[in-house]
Amino acid sequence: MSDKKPISSVNDFVVRFANVNGSGSASANEMFARAILRHGVPVSPRNIFPSNIQGLPTWYEVRVTEDGHLGARGGVDMMVAMNPQTWDKDVAGIEPGGYLFYDSTKPMPSTKFRDDITVIGVPLTAITNSTYTDPRQRQLFKNIIYLGALSALLDMDPKLIEQLIGEQYKGKEKLLSSNVHALHLGRDWALQNLKCPTGLRVKKSDKVGDRIFIEGNSAAALGAVYGGATVCAWYPITPSSSVAEAFTAHCKKYRHDPETGKAKYAIVQGEDELASIGIVIGASWNGARAFTATSGPGISLMTEFIGLSYFAEIPAVIMNIQRAGPSTGMPTRTQQCDIIACAYASHGDTKHVLLFPEDPAEAFEFAAAAFDLAERLQTTIFLMLDLDIGMNHRLCRPLKWDDAKQYDRGKVMTAEMLEEGRDFGRYLDVDGDGIPYRTYPGTHPTKGSYFTRGTSRDRYARYSEEGSVYADNMQRLVRKFETAQDLVPRPLQANAERPTKYGVIYFGSTSPAMDEAIGLLEARGHQLDRLRIRAFPFHSSVASFLAEHDFVYVVEQNRDAQLRQLIVNENGIDPVRLVPIVHYDGSPITARFIAKAIGDHQDHLKVTPLRKAVS
Amino acid sequence: MTYIAKPKFHHPGLKKNELGYTHRDYEGKVSTLCAGCGHDSITASIIEACYELSIEPHRVAKISGIGCSSKTPDYFLGNSHGFNTVHGRMPSVLTGANLANRDLIYLGVSGDGDSASIGFGQFAHSIRRGVNMTYIVENNGVYGLTKGQFSATADRGSKSKKGVTNTDNAIDLVAIALQLGATFVARSFSGDKTQLVPLIAAAIRHKGASFIDVISPCIAFNNHAGSTKSFDYVREHNDAVNRLDVLVGRDPIAVDYAPGTVQMVEQHDGSKIALRKIDADYDPHDRLGAQTFLQKHAAKGQIVTGLLYVDPDAEDLHAHLDTVATPLNTLEADTLCPGSAALDKFNASLR
Repeated sequence: MSDKKPISSVNDFVVRFANVNGSGSASANEMFARAILRHGVPVSPRNIFPSNIQGLPTWYEVRVTEDGHLGARGGVDMMVAMNPQTWDKDVAGIEPGGYLFYDSTKPMPSTKFRDDITVIGVPLTAITNSTYTDPRQRQLFKNIIYLGALSALLDMDPKLIEQLIGEQYKGKEKLLSSNVHALHLGRDWALQNLKCPTGLRVKKSDKVGDRIFIEGNSAAALGAVYGGATVCAWYPITPSSSVAEAFTAHCKKYRHDPETGKAKYAIVQGEDELASIGIVIGASWNGARAFTATSGPGISLMTEFIGLSYFAEIPAVIMNIQRAGPSTGMPTRTQQCDIIACAYASHGDTKHVLLFPEDPAEAFEFAAAAFDLAERLQTTIFLMLDLDIGMNHRLCRPLKWDDAKQYDRGKVMTAEMLEEGRDFGRYLDVDGDGIPYRTYPGTHPTKGSYFTRGTSRDRYARYSEEGSVYADNMQRLVRKFETAQDLVPRPLQANAERPTKYGVIYFGSTSPAMDEAIGLLEARGHQLDRLRIRAFPFHSSVASFLAEHDFVYVVEQNRDAQLRQLIVNENGIDPVRLVPIVHYDGSPITARFIAKAIGDHQDHLKVTPLRKAVS
Repeated sequence: MTYIAKPKFHHPGLKKNELGYTHRDYEGKVSTLCAGCGHDSITASIIEACYELSIEPHRVAKISGIGCSSKTPDYFLGNSHGFNTVHGRMPSVLTGANLANRDLIYLGVSGDGDSASIGFGQFAHSIRRGVNMTYIVENNGVYGLTKGQFSATADRGSKSKKGVTNTDNAIDLVAIALQLGATFVARSFSGDKTQLVPLIAAAIRHKGASFIDVISPCIAFNNHAGSTKSFDYVREHNDAVNRLDVLVGRDPIAVDYAPGTVQMVEQHDGSKIALRKIDADYDPHDRLGAQTFLQKHAAKGQIVTGLLYVDPDAEDLHAHLDTVATPLNTLEADTLCPGSAALDKFNASLR
């Protein structure tokens, strides 16, 4: 400890836990994050995990942020180094002046440490082994013991942690008391043997408010419950599996008939993604609200059916929890890399509706809305989440539902309407919005039946290979897509304090990092108007925003600036005015990254006049 | 692809069924398949079976994949909704449709390319899930629409029209369906309507996954010497184990059966199947026995037809999922949405 003063910070620091996958650390780490929330201090935790069940390294990062910056920050102020495999990298990753917490049972050579950090050794294994004999208990309680030690080092209120333990093990008294005991073993050892607290401290605050702490996948699944989904078909794939699992859990809680106990839903784990989307298409064709959840490779497999949904006009909801591609890519790392693949999925001329929620609260809202949109537009609606939103707990506003809301089942011709003699043409544009009426199978004994197919047909669903008939239908589909523009969630604009020629477009999980970056950029003297895109097709306000600014940065988490491509393509504008800001290493984008990239570009733009420079 | 409109008039004396529908009410558009195609005979048998069962035509959903066979749902039950889906994916679409509305009758029509090659997986999984459906494969051993390539059900050693000998082993969909737990398994021949019509009727009345493999010669590409799916070959090698009558509701047992020659099977819905035994030792309730029997006869080049296996007390996917009796597609927000009070509680649990 020589060159650098220890970091001193209250309610604003990053703790990273380095663990071995399968060691039971996840629940202790999550409890750490929750305990800080209970202090009234916002946190933003992130799991960084391998595609593995046991043995490989895994990290859990908690950003403690009084100011409520929920994006990843970058850098680590305290490393809880519990994994010898990654020790060197973990130690190297600590900010100068930061802290290293480790298990000091086995002596480590001094070369394994750094001079510019504070090293905190706690003999975790020794404490555990002297207290417990069962190997599994030793492993699990070791996690709670370090949680106890950390509570002392970070000046946390142990009562709040005890309260959490109490909630978790409610009704399981033995587990409850043994966990509390382990917590105090660690805490007491630290208090007696170490300088507590360190420079990093948690102080009670009131910045959490009524916000909730939830994973995006769970929120989206609940949105499907509220949105009236009755059929779910899925195939396990990281990072989307927890959507279907959460939907199952929510349905068990909310969707059983109170009298008969019967299920008001059907969930099928398909044999693959082809079957999953096939089941969704079949159920939707037959008038049920159905969805699947998948990730990139699943989207690739589903594309033939997505084309059928587009052309035969069958509702479908696909939740795409994006991960880093291409191919198997990095299955446990985040990206926004399926924008083009989803927007234009399938062969032939196709376009699809995409929704981009920024957090779990929007994932809930958009998931529910997706079913209305799918039935209104009779096509596939993609809910584009990503691993960062989907699989991490995120602090967000409480979920809201208006009890007066009825589902929009779209244009469905009923037996009564058919009886009245209404003209039914399955692909007939009666209202000029490109959306035809459909009938459910079994509606009427003699009227309203039709043959659904992926081949070309006329307005009355009769097979046709006439060029003009085909083109007429394709034009109507374009009209329908134009109608979609005004039905999907609109972009949200936030203007800089002073008028500016520069704008920034972003979407989805980039939101919190972007919000924070704006502050950093303002501090550097850069003013930017912001537009958060929430859906494709793009609302006309996107074109206006582009027209109002000389340069617009498009911030996204993929290599090829896919949203920018889509904007350029769909708006026919000069690509030079759209500056790509891309982050694609699989980690969540940070405010620091955005502020640097945009700031550097802005500095470069503001060329000092020659006369001024030489004078 | 029907260009020819079918005339709607019919003979005033045409017989009507219990619901007052005539045969014509179960027909569809004019077939565009080749004259003499086995598939058209199957279409006629489906029409006949639905007429005899007095099914309301619009309460049937006809779902198919892609291929000659998959076109046929346009040629029967013109007042039913039909869905010509994606190649090999009829089973998943049918499964979804069935989950959405358990009250309709689901008729899946597929071919050997559709079910034994590209859709082999979907065929298998829909069977093992016990989807309540009648799954008919119109099996001609050949890709007709693309002009004569072998399909996966073509027997090893059989010859294509161009004279190529098939060196791949054949997939026997009946054997697979038995192994996967189908609760109604039959094989028939498009040229034997008296056997096929009651099989289709019994399959429709069966609650669970019913599978019928119908050998249906392709007149254009697989009806030559050296083919094992030609009319001549199938007639010569057809080894029927039984023939059957389906007795529904008030139907009197009109046929006099000689004692010991008939086995009565009562299905879940109370309908009865009178099995007229041809092979006295064949037991259609013995899944393992059926598998052995099939293999032994296949080795001798015989095509075993008839009702090969039935479990009259079968359960379907809805029973496994324990879904409500009301079709899911009729449920609205009042029963599906937990509401804001539940959401407030949910929110509170996440703080």
